[in-house]
Amino acid sequence: MKDIRILHGELVPGAAIDAFSAAHPDAGGIVSFVGKVRRDDDVEELELKHYAPLTLRGMEDLAEEALSRWKLEGLLLHHRTGRMHPGEPIVLVAAAARHRRAAFEAADFAMDHLKSDAWFWKREKRDDGWHWIDPRAEDHADLQRWK
Amino acid sequence: MSVKIVFLGKLADLAGANEKIVAAPLDWNGLVAALGTALTGEKVKLALNGTVLADKTALDASNGDEVALLPPVSGG
Repeated sequence: MKDIRILHGELVPGAAIDAFSAAHPDAGGIVSFVGKVRRDDDVEELELKHYAPLTLRGMEDLAEEALSRWKLEGLLLHHRTGRMHPGEPIVLVAAAARHRRAAFEAADFAMDHLKSDAWFWKREKRDDGWHWIDPRAEDHADLQRWK
Repeated sequence: MSVKIVFLGKLADLAGANEKIVAAPLDWNGLVAALGTALTGEKVKLALNGTVLADKTALDASNGDEVALLPPVSGG
């Protein structure tokens, strides 16, 4: 039902979605979202850090909340940690449901919370070195949609 | 008799280390005294042994405990 992972290596969205689809034969549809490291002017590399005692459990709790709010067959949350380059996938969310509306909404809900309410810290490497990324006001607004 | 303090995100840069060992027991005032106000600012949350404290000033860490300092997550 839940497939929640922190990945220390590569994320291959196509393979993960195929496996998720095969695991939920009764779903009438699957909505997936792949987040990639955005190509920005001078960003050479992105590094994500997490805190093992908190981060995975927080993702599990998020999945439980989504499963309690929508009628889902299954929910997948895969998030990378470590160093990655622009263009690489960093996060995959997939929601399987008998009817599409629940799958769309649950995937959207999960992404908003993974972006701004999960225990990951990011820094970018630019020409002049590494810079930590601070929270943005939009992230707070994204979360308010679900209150 | 010691407590391990773990610094996450930019706090590791500010502290100049990923972790630090301090004497147990440790309460909030002891933490601020050991680390200074830059590392224990208003937006920093605390986790004790993997559980986020609703009230960080109620910190009560004993020998062998791990206290994590959590700055706001990055978003983006």
